[in-house]
Amino acid sequence: MTNCGPYKKQGGAPIPRAVDLAAVRSQLAAETGQRYWRSLQELAGTQEFWEAAQREFPPGASEWADALSRRRFLSLAAASLALWSLTGCTKQRPKNIVPYVKQPEDLVLGEPMFYATTMPLGGFGQGILAKSYEGHPVKLEGNPEHPCTVGGSDVWLQASLMDLYDPDRSQSVAHNGEISTWDAFISDLAEMVSEEKTRKGAGLRFLTETITSPTLSGQLEAVLKQLPEAKWHVYEPVNQDNTLEGARLVFGKPMAAQHDFEKAAVILSLESDFLYSHPARLKYARAFTNARRVSSGRRESNRLYVAESSPTITGSVAEHRLPIRSSDIEALAWHLARECGLQVKSGAAVAPQSARQWLSQGVADLQQHRGGSIVIAGEWQPPIVHALAHALNEHLGNVGQTVFYTAPADSRALNQLASLQELVRDLSSGAVDALVILGSNPVYTSPGDVAFAQALSKAKRTIHLSTHLDETSAQATWHIPQAHFLEAWGDHRSFDGTVSLQQPLIEPLYAGKTAHEILDVFLHQQPLRSDYEIVRSFWSSQLKGGDFENQWRKAVHDGFFQETAFSKVDVRVNVGGLQSAASSPAASGDLELNFRPDPNIWDGRFANNGWLQECPKPISKLTWDNALLVSPVLAQREHLQTGDLVELAAGGRLLRGPVFICPGQAENCITCTLGYGRIRTGRVGNGVGINANAARSSRAPWFESGVKLRKLPERHEFAETQLHHVLGSPERQIYRAGILSQFLAKPDFVKSSVSEPHPAQTLFDPKEFRYDGYKWGMSIDLTTCIGCNACVLACDVENNIPVVGKTEVGRGRAMHWLRVDTYYEGSPDNPSFNHMPVPCMHCEHAPCELVCPVEATVHDHEGLNLQVYNRCVGTRFCSNNCPYKVRRFNFFQYAKYHEPSFSPMYNPDVTVRWRGVMEKCTYCIQRISRARITAEKDNRRIRDGEVRTACQQACPTEAITFGDLNDPNSAIAKLKRSPLDYSMLGELNTRPRTTYLAKVSNPKT
Amino acid sequence: MAQLFSKGTNSVARVTLLGLVIFFFGFWAIVYAIYFSPYTTAQNVPRTQPVPFSHQHHVAGLGIDCRYCHTTVETSAFAGLPPTTTCMTCHSQLWTDAPMLAPVRESLATGKPLVWQRVNQVPDFVFFNHSIHVQKGIGCSTCHGRVDEMPLTWKAHSLYMRWCLDCHEAPEKHLRPKDEILNMQWTEPKGQAQRGRALFAEYGLNPHRLEQLKDCGICHR
Repeated sequence: MTNCGPYKKQGGAPIPRAVDLAAVRSQLAAETGQRYWRSLQELAGTQEFWEAAQREFPPGASEWADALSRRRFLSLAAASLALWSLTGCTKQRPKNIVPYVKQPEDLVLGEPMFYATTMPLGGFGQGILAKSYEGHPVKLEGNPEHPCTVGGSDVWLQASLMDLYDPDRSQSVAHNGEISTWDAFISDLAEMVSEEKTRKGAGLRFLTETITSPTLSGQLEAVLKQLPEAKWHVYEPVNQDNTLEGARLVFGKPMAAQHDFEKAAVILSLESDFLYSHPARLKYARAFTNARRVSSGRRESNRLYVAESSPTITGSVAEHRLPIRSSDIEALAWHLARECGLQVKSGAAVAPQSARQWLSQGVADLQQHRGGSIVIAGEWQPPIVHALAHALNEHLGNVGQTVFYTAPADSRALNQLASLQELVRDLSSGAVDALVILGSNPVYTSPGDVAFAQALSKAKRTIHLSTHLDETSAQATWHIPQAHFLEAWGDHRSFDGTVSLQQPLIEPLYAGKTAHEILDVFLHQQPLRSDYEIVRSFWSSQLKGGDFENQWRKAVHDGFFQETAFSKVDVRVNVGGLQSAASSPAASGDLELNFRPDPNIWDGRFANNGWLQECPKPISKLTWDNALLVSPVLAQREHLQTGDLVELAAGGRLLRGPVFICPGQAENCITCTLGYGRIRTGRVGNGVGINANAARSSRAPWFESGVKLRKLPERHEFAETQLHHVLGSPERQIYRAGILSQFLAKPDFVKSSVSEPHPAQTLFDPKEFRYDGYKWGMSIDLTTCIGCNACVLACDVENNIPVVGKTEVGRGRAMHWLRVDTYYEGSPDNPSFNHMPVPCMHCEHAPCELVCPVEATVHDHEGLNLQVYNRCVGTRFCSNNCPYKVRRFNFFQYAKYHEPSFSPMYNPDVTVRWRGVMEKCTYCIQRISRARITAEKDNRRIRDGEVRTACQQACPTEAITFGDLNDPNSAIAKLKRSPLDYSMLGELNTRPRTTYLAKVSNPKT
Repeated sequence: MAQLFSKGTNSVARVTLLGLVIFFFGFWAIVYAIYFSPYTTAQNVPRTQPVPFSHQHHVAGLGIDCRYCHTTVETSAFAGLPPTTTCMTCHSQLWTDAPMLAPVRESLATGKPLVWQRVNQVPDFVFFNHSIHVQKGIGCSTCHGRVDEMPLTWKAHSLYMRWCLDCHEAPEKHLRPKDEILNMQWTEPKGQAQRGRALFAEYGLNPHRLEQLKDCGICHR
């Protein structure tokens, strides 16, 4: 990846980043009516801002910004021009063509094959359909038949493909840092196992991440049976500790709450980000948005209340969002419980005054919808908040209606932090001879007050299985490269308990091994079995009755074992459990520091993934960084601007980092995401961002109160894309929204608000294109879009979009064909958030086509606006003329097609672009083409739903619809007839084929 | 003062002027000639292969169907290249000791594939699909020439975009009935233009599709 180093600003007049917040407030106070804004800079509305916004590319993108002088550049340009004339003389170089020796049955060269498999994240499995060409996977999609994935995707599911091909992955077994072999490791391990057997494993410890795999936990339990003194510890920095402890408080045992969002009319979330970071996010997102899909003719909508400290995806779609410190949410929950009539002692704290109105609305709504509501608590909230949520759901009659209880999917539902601390104690006391770490990175992920790294050095022998030579591997006796999930057999449970099978698509690229194979050494000394044999033989012992071979084949085909979801358990809340667990609240003026999993790189495991690093984070639109998110009020009070470095002192630990002013952040609360500041992961992730784990404590892993802030004189430059591609002043009504009652009273309230010119008022020849065959169009539903970025990543993967690095993103040269713009409305302290995905509009009257001097961007007979790379000479006139700013230019050779490990990752149906050409969204023309050829061969038309664009397929909420407008019965034609349909900048008479369905929310009035 | 230029200089000037004109056109003529010469296009240049495989012998001599080796020509973008095992279906019985076939036997024994020289190739930004052409009346020999007469295979046409467009602009000139697709000897009969138009309709094509065949996005994406 190019230029991943610290971003140095060079050349160009940048958009002013410093904002006078006081001026912003007075400006807003003077405004009347609805106003959407993209950034605080826009709100401040300085002349510089609007001048910068007028431009084709963000300032700095198209300037000469190199150390090379202009004169030198011109002389080089003259020389290259002379040489350029010779390029016409090249002839095609002869290429080799290599057939198989023995071609696999069923394989059709040039045609993709699909396999069902499973991706584990945080222990939980997501069902995947992986697309593979000639044996190399090129795209992952959600498995539509999987009960917990329902065909949706998230950013991790899409981007994990790059991890498979990552050239920085660990490539060999290492013994004390020296390259070694698997056989040497096995013989050393076997020796250790026989040693441990004599003492029943007293010196042996296992440390794993959250494990839901029946096979793996079966193996571990079998090992523990043989070596009863050995111990199995579990630690993962983003875990379910609070959730499980909360269930323990009221049920006496760990339970998992399963929610049916489709049936819930009112949802109240106490900092739960159930649409983005919950293990069942894909299923929940689909169900939640189905209950508000007014575009499908629905006349009612659910309502969401969210109390949270820092804006999340879930908070951003809430009707009523309350920014509140995490530490105040417990008091809020107690208050809520009392107001709802739950008999709890009122000894606990009282909710802050500011939350009262939010609460009273919520309470009234919950009371009104007994049996049809959900109260859900977030993983970051202490157990008592979860317990209160359980008690409230039972009290409101939701249990059995919208909330069900099952066993948890974790094979070992213990308190992970306590488990880690116990391990550290044992390590420090010298009781551990051998520590086997299977797939986690505790040296990096342990909280700052758990001295794991020091303790680890006391173990005589450490064995570490991981994908990269990471912080923990550096200290381990043995490092074993771990196979990627697309390279190995395995199984995982999804959140609802469904056992999903992980089927490899490719032989391990770097001789990676699995935890199964290592554990097999403990059980069967020789000969060792492969991961396939281990998983298969486990299931042959589990599946009793019936024909195993058929059951197994069906599971491999489907990607999961049918009907393995946990059955519902009847449990009653023990209210007594609630009283004991109340904690004392933080003082009201206290500053709080929050830790959250990163929306892109999670806990750091995706740190070396360029796609994820470069994807603008939801809401903040930051790339290649994490930041200390602060509220506008705090920034004003402490005289902070985005990019100022501060030092935070929390519980004796220090955290230095740049602040980022985040509208909607709770006032006295600073949020930092995990996963950054890695020192050993690879060329992409090393040294990016700040390490928040060091400031985390085991006492308060998610939020720390009593934080002291000190401003430092240094500054940091962020590469945020929120300031890029500003589309114009608020009067243009780019984003349109209304409320349900308004929609019901006057369904076409959107259309009537702006007048569009008559289609005939144009200089384009109306007879030139008649679109007799297909007429492609797209519709994006702003009500159901949750802004999760799955579409952006899916587009990246499908269309071979290159990663350009932080410096280039900072110059405004990010290459994403599809971007998600966030429009705020209201005060920066608690705005509403509105997400708007913007692909190419494929205008019928496309301004870009007219100005291309070489006809490299042309119209086609199905209405697509084509970009012909081999014709493009890079004048960038088209981009200059695009009112939607959706064109991207290859300023350098961004695509790494010479990197051997990445070349099999590219989609062979899409050209890999080179330096100097323009590119943009093609409506996935390769998918249209494939469908057209298939249909033509059968002498029929393409059926509705046969062509799905990558963004559409990935969208977990089905907010994107694509199809043929000439077919009046197609889903797309129906949506285009909806009264909510509107064109962005329709007044320009560009007649865009991509249109939007206005957002309809349902606030309580 | 004496004349600076002798009389003969006039002739020099005339020849120079003429020469410039000739040079100008000549230069472009040479460029054009190079561009379309086999040197650049590799047209009609037999390729050396690890095994001197003769289409002439296998197709014309033995009468083996094209699809015996190019199995996916009707179903996929790629026509298919036979794996070593396909060669060995016959050559495990016939010519089992022929030194010419040693690389094939070696490939099977070692599991290392044969590495052939590619004969027909289009650039990476062109997406050609065999199956749709074959199914819509374009025969093998239309693009590949008389493969049955090639002892070593060569490229029969330049595969330049202009050449592709000749047919995409007027496909009726080359359309054949479905049962003639694999026929190497097929030539355009009298009245092809009219027959082609009839076949055009038979293959489910219409004037709109004809327009669309010239869209850039049909091949470039």
